[in-house]
Amino acid sequence: MSSIGLFSLRNLLEFFRRGSVFFILLIIVALLSLLSERFLTINNILTVALQTSIIALAGIGMTFTIITGGIDLSVGSVAALCGALAAGLAVRNQIGTYPAIAVALLAGAFVGAINGALIVWGRIPPFVATLAMLAAARGLTLVYTQGRPIAGLDERFVFWGTGELLGIPIPVIVLVVVAILAYLLLSKTAFGLHVYAVGGGEETARLAGIKINRVKLGVYVISGLCAGLAGVILTARLWSAQPNSGVLLELDAIAAAVLGGTSLAGGTGGIGGTIAGAFIIGALSNGLNLLEIPSYNQQVVKGLVFISAVLLDYFLKRRWKKTIPIGTG
Amino acid sequence: MSEPTPRLEIEHVSKAFPGVQAVDDVSLAAFPAEILGLVGENGAGKTTLMNILTGAVQPDSGRILLDGQPVSIDSPSQALELGVTIIHQELALIPQLTVGQNIYLGREPRTRWRAFVDWTTLYRSAREELDRLGLAIPVHAVAGDLPLAQQQLVEIAKALSYQARLIVLDEPTSALTERETEILFGLMRSLRAKGVTLIYISHRLEEVFTITDRISVMRDGQLVGVAPTAGLTTEQVVKMMVGRELREFYPRTGEDGGEVLLRARGLRRGKRLNGVDLDLHRGEILGVAGLVGSGRTDLARALFGADSLEEGEIWLDGRKVAINAPRDAIRSGIGFVPEDRKSQGIFLGQSLRANVSVSSLDRFSKLGILNHRGIARLAKKMVENLDLHTTGIDQRAGNLSGGNQQKTVIARWLSINPRVLILDEPTRGVDVGAKAEIYALMSDLARQGVGILMISSELPEVLGVSDRILVMREGRIVAEFDRERASQDAIMKAATGQDNIERSPEATSV
Repeated sequence: MSSIGLFSLRNLLEFFRRGSVFFILLIIVALLSLLSERFLTINNILTVALQTSIIALAGIGMTFTIITGGIDLSVGSVAALCGALAAGLAVRNQIGTYPAIAVALLAGAFVGAINGALIVWGRIPPFVATLAMLAAARGLTLVYTQGRPIAGLDERFVFWGTGELLGIPIPVIVLVVVAILAYLLLSKTAFGLHVYAVGGGEETARLAGIKINRVKLGVYVISGLCAGLAGVILTARLWSAQPNSGVLLELDAIAAAVLGGTSLAGGTGGIGGTIAGAFIIGALSNGLNLLEIPSYNQQVVKGLVFISAVLLDYFLKRRWKKTIPIGTG
Repeated sequence: MSEPTPRLEIEHVSKAFPGVQAVDDVSLAAFPAEILGLVGENGAGKTTLMNILTGAVQPDSGRILLDGQPVSIDSPSQALELGVTIIHQELALIPQLTVGQNIYLGREPRTRWRAFVDWTTLYRSAREELDRLGLAIPVHAVAGDLPLAQQQLVEIAKALSYQARLIVLDEPTSALTERETEILFGLMRSLRAKGVTLIYISHRLEEVFTITDRISVMRDGQLVGVAPTAGLTTEQVVKMMVGRELREFYPRTGEDGGEVLLRARGLRRGKRLNGVDLDLHRGEILGVAGLVGSGRTDLARALFGADSLEEGEIWLDGRKVAINAPRDAIRSGIGFVPEDRKSQGIFLGQSLRANVSVSSLDRFSKLGILNHRGIARLAKKMVENLDLHTTGIDQRAGNLSGGNQQKTVIARWLSINPRVLILDEPTRGVDVGAKAEIYALMSDLARQGVGILMISSELPEVLGVSDRILVMREGRIVAEFDRERASQDAIMKAATGQDNIERSPEATSV
């Protein structure tokens, strides 16, 4: 029988277990600051945060879909589509910066809703449905932009990518706001609890009277919205919409979520972990650049670091789990 | 006794599944403030009847009345609204969520600002629910981290918190200790005092006699009797449950005494295998009985290499063998028919031919190229020898009946020319006719010298088929019976640990 004492011991272990991604981030930051004195400066940290914001935004949406046991492979393409749409509406159609951004974000949510509808009512596995959307949304982007960048954004648009408030880049502020909202949604609302429930046991959730279709639809809308926001900010940062922006963003987003402890099997995960995961990716890219490692080689180093991080995480969790007395099973 | 309005009336309810009349014109009533026992062999139709009651299955005919009102129960959530809940044998908690979250899943209390869950109220109410039941389980604990028995109690608390007027308990004690069972019984009695109706399904007859007011017995889809518990004896109930002469149904005419074929010593794995010693003789059918979770499936899986052993040694034909993976077992001539046919036994989407040959492809390939003609010959031979009812060897296994699927899995192991065959619940979900054929097949194989280890929850089956019976409890073999001395009662007592007095003469110290 687990006594109260054992239980709080377990809580402590659980705290470390949950926090293992932050340790890994800490290790990487420590290593990089040893290797390069330029790494741990305020300026560079803000640069890392800026570079990380896009991945983290997409990763937040991804976290929702992965917790339900699904996945959203279309986020990179959706980001590009929404970025192009915002730029096109603002520059070509002159509908005004904010209306253009609003329409682009709605478009992101709408594409997410299509993903969700295919999965819920079309009964298509999330991997397949969003893989198709990855191709389709990228294609739409190329059609819309005619394969050329859309430039000529005004100051107000560009502010969202390059501006600062009290010395903090705007994309970082956007990320903080979105992360807090997502955290509240996931941990404080019934919807958030149902997201975990669907991933933990869909049938059990259904029998408990949860509208699982609405939950699933909801997470893909959230993912589309996050991807759209990432796309708009990316466009603003680059002063133009690039038809090929956001390629492979989905992989970074998935990596951020998984490094952050969100299980691909569904049912577990959280926003804090995903942000830390995204910062691991961002810090590594930045650090490797500072160390002047050629970009081809960087890919290899990144792959190795990710695998090491996931293995370390798995190892830590296994070891701790073993020391905890659990009854049968 | 003046006749009060029954809480529940089941009137002429029938339900057929392809190949089985699962429930056959059953009429049954249960009254407020009553605990009604429902017993019967596996496959007698108890679960189907209860699934009809809780909306998981729709009846073909008949009607259901609650407190005199006819109701149609179309879905589990509608059953909940009507105040009908079921506590399943299998756990229905979400392992990643906390105890409190699980109890109020789908009906979380909200804050005044509707968007947010009122966690304080949720956990306080959950605490109250658990306290009311006298359970000291922490409400913030993650359900999956709790011992199985505690999870079961949480599930019971969840079901009770729905303010049900009718509660069905389907084998709720299979994972509970004696003390926890006492807690549950105390709870059931207090619910009865409040006028709630409880239907209690269990294989443990002793418990059924302890807790129920009346006992109803089902057999082959029909209700064969209902009577007040006080006027019944165990023998009467068992006779009603079994109904037929067992020895006719089971063809085995015990002929054993062959040398030891498979010898296992000191098998250990976690808490489920706690040092198991075992001898299986040539031509013997060795039955393994025990409750769910007693370690019987773990024993089968360990012998087949499906789970690795922490300790223990295995000899086959006197030679020590290292079985670290299923392929090692297969190479040594050990076949395994798992309990969960659909997810572990058969490839539902593949053809019969593929299913039969998949474990003996080495014999039918040269340099990796498959000899399709040889495979077809093998499959056809198996169809013929096992009397498999199929449209042909290319039929999808998913389209075969349960019995024929099971025969297909057995055929796969016959294809490796097995020396040892391990069968875990070989007749689960199989109709009566196919059952008899599977028994005959086992008997034939034993006569050819194959050693058969059969695990079963159906005691009549264990008693009818086995030459020798081992009983497991808590990862150990706690009793051994030969065919003549075995009885349902003795096995049940050993399996539940109520056999302290009689254990010494029968139990072996291998």
